[in-house]
Amino acid sequence: MAAGVVIVGGGQAGFQTASSLRSEGYDGPIRLIGEETHVPYQRPPLSKAFVLGKQDQARLLLRPEKYYADHQIDLLSGEQAISIDTSLQRVTLASGEQVPYDNLVLALGARNRTLPVPGADLEGVCYLRTLTEAIELKQRIESAQNIAVIGGGFIGLEVAASARTLGKPVTVLEAFPRLMARVVAPVVSEFYRSAHAARGVEIKLDAQVQEIRGGGKAESVMLGDGSTIPADLVVVGIGVVPNLELACEAGLETAAGPPHGITVDELLRTRDGDIFAVGDCAEYHNSFAGSRVRLESVQNAVDQAVCVARSIAGKPAPYHAAPWFWSDQFDLRLQMVGLPAGHDRVVVRGSPEAAKFSVFYYNSGRLRAVDSINSPTDHLAARKMIAAGTSPSPEQVADLGVNLKTL
Amino acid sequence: MPKITYISHQGESTQIDWPVGESVMEGAVQNGIDGIIGECGGSCLCATCHVYVDEKFLPLLPPIDDDQDAMLDSTASERQPNSRLSCQIKVRAELDGLIVRMPETQK
Repeated sequence: MAAGVVIVGGGQAGFQTASSLRSEGYDGPIRLIGEETHVPYQRPPLSKAFVLGKQDQARLLLRPEKYYADHQIDLLSGEQAISIDTSLQRVTLASGEQVPYDNLVLALGARNRTLPVPGADLEGVCYLRTLTEAIELKQRIESAQNIAVIGGGFIGLEVAASARTLGKPVTVLEAFPRLMARVVAPVVSEFYRSAHAARGVEIKLDAQVQEIRGGGKAESVMLGDGSTIPADLVVVGIGVVPNLELACEAGLETAAGPPHGITVDELLRTRDGDIFAVGDCAEYHNSFAGSRVRLESVQNAVDQAVCVARSIAGKPAPYHAAPWFWSDQFDLRLQMVGLPAGHDRVVVRGSPEAAKFSVFYYNSGRLRAVDSINSPTDHLAARKMIAAGTSPSPEQVADLGVNLKTL
Repeated sequence: MPKITYISHQGESTQIDWPVGESVMEGAVQNGIDGIIGECGGSCLCATCHVYVDEKFLPLLPPIDDDQDAMLDSTASERQPNSRLSCQIKVRAELDGLIVRMPETQK
């Protein structure tokens, strides 16, 4: 009997691989192994609708529990894969069970980067990636007096916006001179700094966190300039590190330097042709970036999962999807497409003052990425441009009289 | 509760009772009905909850706004006049008996 497909990782990429295998007609055994005890769920709402109380736990599920049995997907929740024997083609679980595979899909995800300062282990210092963490965070936000958010990236700013919406005093501490510095242009950073400030979030840039102080529980955050920020809840959102250990120990190739992922080819195969890697843990050559990348996004997780499912179902095609991202903060929707790394020119369409604008990133005259704020129509037009590789001139995109759809 | 019928591309029909105010996309996802991905969780961001709405219910739906119109231009299966994003169809009492058909693919 065929051993079928084993998927390690029950996040968005792992779930989608299983689901797409069935919808692509694969009829062999599928085992989906997830470390978390929850049935696979959506992560994006955790920092927003879930902590705001607008979306309950049941509605986070990617599919109801019965879906898995109905589709002959053997869901092993709360199980950890501890090693892979690539020659015998089997995975060993922490329980000791040996799970054979014909194809193995590594959807190992990433884990939160931890804060390397004294006091980081105090009660009241929280992270957000999993549902378990979100449940705790939601409770702690409700009872918090003062909240400090360490890290002015997407997660930090989304949590700050949610906590502020719930009426809490919130201070965001960002180590760089501007928000979301890794991913957006200064004009977007400044717009968000100003928008958060206008909604009552205190933003401290160039803030070097030295220590979290408190007697057993967090009470304040001490900064490099000697100032202290009172906080009985400290939320740390300083990025993630991919989970590579299982792949490394199995002898699969991983990138030693950035972007630090499991190395895969254009079909998302590792060096072992029967093993694939998808989602946050995979690093691959992205033609839109012109370089190897590792992306942490729903789009990347879902599209890579579909690509691998098609390969296994006998319809292989190289992975080629334009990366897109989104972040909702307060009433502001940021949508991004493409990868702006290495841009040498930025063109603004619309007006940051009106909270409705887009930013076009060019490299050597070629359009590489577009960020849209409260401008979904711009974003969708931009998605088509980026996907098709078209590159309208900076003068055209800056002209509000020009309909982007016609370019 | 209003009833909604989902018909797969292969012609398989599934009927559910789904509360007023909830979206037709959520009805499919939460009941494990195939044919809809719902990648973005219902935020009108991904166009993977595309459905074809039975003609007789079209007049009962709100007009397509600019966002949905642009999203419908980027669906994986062909857009037709009765194409809608099911995350943007909220159940109302008048929609009892609604029939939606799934496209061949959402990706």
